[in-house]
Amino acid sequence: MTTTTAEATAGQLGRVRYGSISRGRRRALFWSYFFLILFVIFFLTPPVYMFITSLKSSAEISAATNPWWVYHPTLSNYIDLLTQNQFLIFFRNSAIVSICVVSITMVVSIFAAFALARMRFWGSATLATGVFLTYLIPESLLFIPLFKTFAYIHDKTGIELINHWWVLIILYPTLTVPFATWLMIGYFSSIPKELDEAALIDGAGYIQMLTRIFIPVAIPGIIAAMIFTFTVSWANFLYPLAFTTSADQLVLPVGIVTTLIRGDVYAWGQIMTGALLGAAPPLIIYAFLMDYYISGLTAGATKG
Amino acid sequence: MAQVALRNIVKTFDRTPAVQGIDLDISDREFIVLVGPSGCGKSTTLRMIAGLEEATSGEIYIGDQLVNDVPPKDRDIAMVFQNYALYPHMTVFENMSFGLRLKRFPKPEIRERVQAAARILDITDLLDRRPKQLSGGQRQRVAMGRAIVRNPKVFLFDEPLSNLDAKLRVQMRTEIKKIHQKVTTTTVYVTHDQVEAMTLADRVVIMNAGRIDQIGTPHEVYHTPKTQFVAAFIGSPTMNMLPCRLVENGSGLTIRLSDWLSFPMPPSLADRFRTRVGTELTFGLRPEHIIEGRGEVPPGAAAFEARLDVVEPMGMETMVYFIVDGVEVCGRVNPAAAGRAGEAMRLVADLNQMHLIDPRTELVI
Repeated sequence: MTTTTAEATAGQLGRVRYGSISRGRRRALFWSYFFLILFVIFFLTPPVYMFITSLKSSAEISAATNPWWVYHPTLSNYIDLLTQNQFLIFFRNSAIVSICVVSITMVVSIFAAFALARMRFWGSATLATGVFLTYLIPESLLFIPLFKTFAYIHDKTGIELINHWWVLIILYPTLTVPFATWLMIGYFSSIPKELDEAALIDGAGYIQMLTRIFIPVAIPGIIAAMIFTFTVSWANFLYPLAFTTSADQLVLPVGIVTTLIRGDVYAWGQIMTGALLGAAPPLIIYAFLMDYYISGLTAGATKG
Repeated sequence: MAQVALRNIVKTFDRTPAVQGIDLDISDREFIVLVGPSGCGKSTTLRMIAGLEEATSGEIYIGDQLVNDVPPKDRDIAMVFQNYALYPHMTVFENMSFGLRLKRFPKPEIRERVQAAARILDITDLLDRRPKQLSGGQRQRVAMGRAIVRNPKVFLFDEPLSNLDAKLRVQMRTEIKKIHQKVTTTTVYVTHDQVEAMTLADRVVIMNAGRIDQIGTPHEVYHTPKTQFVAAFIGSPTMNMLPCRLVENGSGLTIRLSDWLSFPMPPSLADRFRTRVGTELTFGLRPEHIIEGRGEVPPGAAAFEARLDVVEPMGMETMVYFIVDGVEVCGRVNPAAAGRAGEAMRLVADLNQMHLIDPRTELVI
């Protein structure tokens, strides 16, 4: 009896197709690639089109040739733009605003998130939820009351806040701090409690705990928050459009649109070049910081 | 080096009592193990000594100093956590030296102390690695190293071995004992594993529902438990407990366990229990005191026949189980003498080793 069972099992095993697992995997891979390629086409078409157009002269852009091919490549758009004082001012304004906003946001949100995530105090949970709720208010609703507030400040104190590029340094944190704080709260909360207790016993105070344990361990989260903040302050269009008007006070996104579209004349070549040059810094920064995302710095703190 | 004293310590979390009045004196260089089931308050007690929890009332002394209001970093203690709590972004060396670096020790001394601790723990070649490159046992050693380099007054261990697999746990247990023999720092060790408690402790503190049931050497808590809880908690397999009634039998006493099983009370014990005649009691006897019956029955013991329900060979010995009025009773017999399940076997109970428990107070009489 036992022998027959053994044989039957052996027979069944013999018929098992060992390739089935890899065949399933191959199919999964096929569909993964299918959708990945679809995704790449969808998202890379605009920048590729921008790049192609930026290499064309105005005559070639308006000519009825294949829009996906450059017959007479030229760098004139790049040269024009980069030798134009105005464009460099936009670029400088954008860069200073973004760097300042990232710095301010990171300082405020790291301290706030550490307090909200780790120092249990009265109302800390409500406050944490409140921080996130402020983020949910659309920016397009916020700029009108902000504008009114600035006008009021001007009336009372005589300080003119409108139509200065640096006012964006005050404005953008209202968008970035809540989200960055919320992101950091999540990250800090995922750090095991024993780690701060160990640090506490080792003799660390709250500031040392933050600077020597929390910040290094939460680097991937901090990088994520920085990328988010940088993107918001680099690419925001509505606020600079509403709060700045003079040509020398503009930042890149608004500057390109207001100076390169004159009436109904679109300088397409330069617009595309400007957009491409404007998109470069975030791209370079992401590529540089991406490694931090991937490296699993937090692994192995506790029993994994 | 210091003694630790707890005076009527109470801790309540949002009105839920966790620790309900604990008094404990730990002498210098002593290895104390707090043991009990989960939720008995042992970890909370340890965390109060560490300063990670504030005592609701009562006094905690380390050395001669009242430390209730002293923050953890100034208590001069070191703690090893269950999940190691190593700093993931630091190397082993940095992990171990973190406390010293915060206290701004001179660099050569830091290196010297870390090297010395690493030698004790046999981790000298791991100092440049990060925690994630280490195995569980190695991480545990690093966590202990972090405690040793500080040269604190007191070591606190919070279930340090429960994340390790069974074999490594036994190995690290021996290791901890060796380290304590070398370093001889006052140690408070929390575990739910009574074997760990018995093997490591100078004195075992058995906690139950926020109170201390008994404090004693491993020998004391094993052989003379004070409460039913201690009797049942310490020892594996657990002590057999059966409801019984004492009956007067001429000049002696008889312990009546069931219609078919009664034991004569050894005369040496009879006087102690005479006042309890007629009351409901719980009879307790450890499995190793129920052995195979061969030849003459020694004084104070009683032979009986039982139908075996389950037989578990363990190699060195064999566990035999039989049923007395619905309660399973375990005996530990010589494998050569063990009967088969379903058969009757002659067993001998060593009644000199028995315990009688008052079921209302749950105290051992």
